[in-house]
Amino acid sequence: MAWAGKILRVNLTDGTVKSEALNMQWARDYIGSRGLGSKYLVEEVDAKVDPLSPENKIIWATGPLTGTMASTGGRYTVITKSPLTGAIACSNSGGYWGAELKMAGWDMIIFEGKSPKPVYLYVNDDVAELRDAAHLWGKSVFQTEEIIKKTHQDPLMRISSIGKAGENQVLFAAVVNDLHRAAGRSGVGAVAGSKNLKAIAVRGTKGVGNIRDPKAFMQVTFEKKKILAENAVTGQGLPAYGTQVLMNVINEVGALPTRNHRDVQFEGAKDISAEAMKTPRKTDGKTHLVTNQACFGCTIACGRISKIDETHFTVVNKPEYWGASGGLEYEAAWALGAANGVNDLECLQYVNVLCNEEGIDPISFGATVGAVMELYELGVLTKEQIGIEAPFGSAKALAFLAEETVNGRGFGKEIGQGAKRLTAKYGRPELAMHSKGQEFPAYDGRAIQGIGLAYATSNRGGCHLRGYTIASEVLGIPVKTDPTESEGKPELVKAFQDATAAFDSSGLCIFTSFAWSLPDLAPQLAAACDDGYTTEELAKIGERIWNMERDFNNRAGFTAKDDTLPKRLLEEACKTGPSKGKVNELAKMLPKYYEVRGWNPDGTLKPETRARLGL
Amino acid sequence: MQKVLHIDAGKCTGCLQCEMACSYENYQVFAPSKSRIKVFDFHATGKKVPYTCTQCDEAWCLHACPVEAITVDKATGAKVVSEATCVGCKVCTIACPFGTVNYVQETGKVQKCDLCGGEPACTEACPTGAITYIDANWTGLGRMAEWANKLGNQPVAN
Ligand code: SF4
Ligand code: SF4
Repeated sequence: MAWAGKILRVNLTDGTVKSEALNMQWARDYIGSRGLGSKYLVEEVDAKVDPLSPENKIIWATGPLTGTMASTGGRYTVITKSPLTGAIACSNSGGYWGAELKMAGWDMIIFEGKSPKPVYLYVNDDVAELRDAAHLWGKSVFQTEEIIKKTHQDPLMRISSIGKAGENQVLFAAVVNDLHRAAGRSGVGAVAGSKNLKAIAVRGTKGVGNIRDPKAFMQVTFEKKKILAENAVTGQGLPAYGTQVLMNVINEVGALPTRNHRDVQFEGAKDISAEAMKTPRKTDGKTHLVTNQACFGCTIACGRISKIDETHFTVVNKPEYWGASGGLEYEAAWALGAANGVNDLECLQYVNVLCNEEGIDPISFGATVGAVMELYELGVLTKEQIGIEAPFGSAKALAFLAEETVNGRGFGKEIGQGAKRLTAKYGRPELAMHSKGQEFPAYDGRAIQGIGLAYATSNRGGCHLRGYTIASEVLGIPVKTDPTESEGKPELVKAFQDATAAFDSSGLCIFTSFAWSLPDLAPQLAAACDDGYTTEELAKIGERIWNMERDFNNRAGFTAKDDTLPKRLLEEACKTGPSKGKVNELAKMLPKYYEVRGWNPDGTLKPETRARLGL
Repeated sequence: MQKVLHIDAGKCTGCLQCEMACSYENYQVFAPSKSRIKVFDFHATGKKVPYTCTQCDEAWCLHACPVEAITVDKATGAKVVSEATCVGCKVCTIACPFGTVNYVQETGKVQKCDLCGGEPACTEACPTGAITYIDANWTGLGRMAEWANKLGNQPVAN
């Protein structure tokens, strides 16, 4: 229960839309959202499939707690095989769209095949139809939302869509909903684009009502919200400063990758920090930050809404960018800022808005620009090739390259291939800061050992959200571990990866785990769904999901060799900060990690591991 | 003492816990589409504004209703719709200047905020204090205190 019990299957090739019963055994074993959507994907899609071919499928999935009063119950995930990495992709988004789908009575939507012409899916409770999207093709996410709402004369509709970048199959194109919430990573938007799928517009009026034990559910979700409110991170830090609360903290511990990971501390960090967002500007006396914003059902409200300085060079004479818009979050501020040595806050927000507007992942984009700037400084790329002088620190180059990339013009087309392909093309593959083809986020794997291992072993390539050991290694949640120490990290990474998989599958936001752990999640899922969801059971399900994803990647052709980090992280030591002299000790950690995972030395699952997890 | 819903839009984050609490209280489902309080998200300014019935003393809806389906709850002062009496003519929805009484297709009746009989579910659910249920005579007390603090409670300059 708490599942809607129904899924939509859309065959884009034939233009058919069918309702199907949810596989309740899978729901029980994989919960929902990330786990359940991935189960459908691995059962239905050949791991070797070309991600941008009609044979790949793409799934929008909610969790059983999506659309309920459990705090943060607004999440959904987009699952497919990634064109950026070739591995399984699973990108999570907040906003309001996920809850709307659930309230229309659907747990997930599976898209297969490829439409002969641009279409969008219209869902209004039981009604689900493909509609022509010729008039939407070439439009931004912002325009798409507006036009669809006008067409249906329904301002309450929620829309999940791609912008021009997804249409152009930028390999890190995102799916964006509610203007500025994104299933951002791994290029899920490019897969939608390859299928001529522009958007999913949903209106759900049924609501979510089939809670197993409503009284117990209301009671336990109320108690758990109190924990969030009383916790220093979820009750104070995140609502007041957003994820940007981390900028100065991570810089101080010497783990803020700077200028394509040449450095681990950024002298301009304070200029692009949460504090800077709240400081009145010299030009107009206003603060960059306007307010915070919650996703559906969220009692934390980490989201940032900001306004760009109207006199800033990026938006002069462009009033369409003068209104309030989403950002900056820490990852975007880092990737657009520190990763390129740019300390111009207004420029970062302008680029961030472009990322939302046309649907690209600011992390992969920013990190790829970092590689381009390094290639420029090394003389490998010239001004003529790039279209602008692009030294580290150039806000002008950053803004220019963002415009080129989202519009599919000039050198932007090469940036749209991501750092791995771009650096390889110019003969310097070692300068791409990625694992499995996906660019790293905002923490340095040399200064923080565990996160380096988490990057190397992440099932979707370089990513902090697959095992956020920063919580332990920097913030001391749930216990403090020494970031410079590699001992004990394989166990820590595994525990974080498994617990995260369970959180991600529930329909709730992973940020709750700053205050909650599995014993807080379990009773909420138990009251809503099935009293078999104990803490132990959730840990096991999390491990099952992790291994299922891994197994898919193995079948896709990934081996132990791919569980690695760029040479820079393994051989070039941190130049400053508390971890000065450190590299990532991956070789020490990886064998132990395989052992605690129950994997063979070649990175495949041992038969007994499969048996234990029911795979 | 009569109490009223007091809304401080500046505190609202747009989480919609209030809308879910409202629909759950009245229909046992989490469904903002059935909520009697609505939160409006003005993107260009970043403002989120919760809006619902203010329980007018001389209520347009009550006076407009031809079958007297809307009456005053003596205990709370709420204008309450009797579903049994309401004929779904929608005259009250035309009469209300604020749009806070609305027709429900599924039941063929109208619905509006009834203050949950004196324990409004939205106030309990709101995590930010954007909706409170307070003394009707003193909704300005909080703001007065803020200004009093600002103007009169400063350290004396030497
Ligand atoms: S519905 Fe309108 S007229 Fe009636 S009490 Fe509420 S605000 Fe007043
Ligand atoms: S519960 Fe409170 S903060 Fe959340 S939307 Fe409603 S009024 Fe705003």
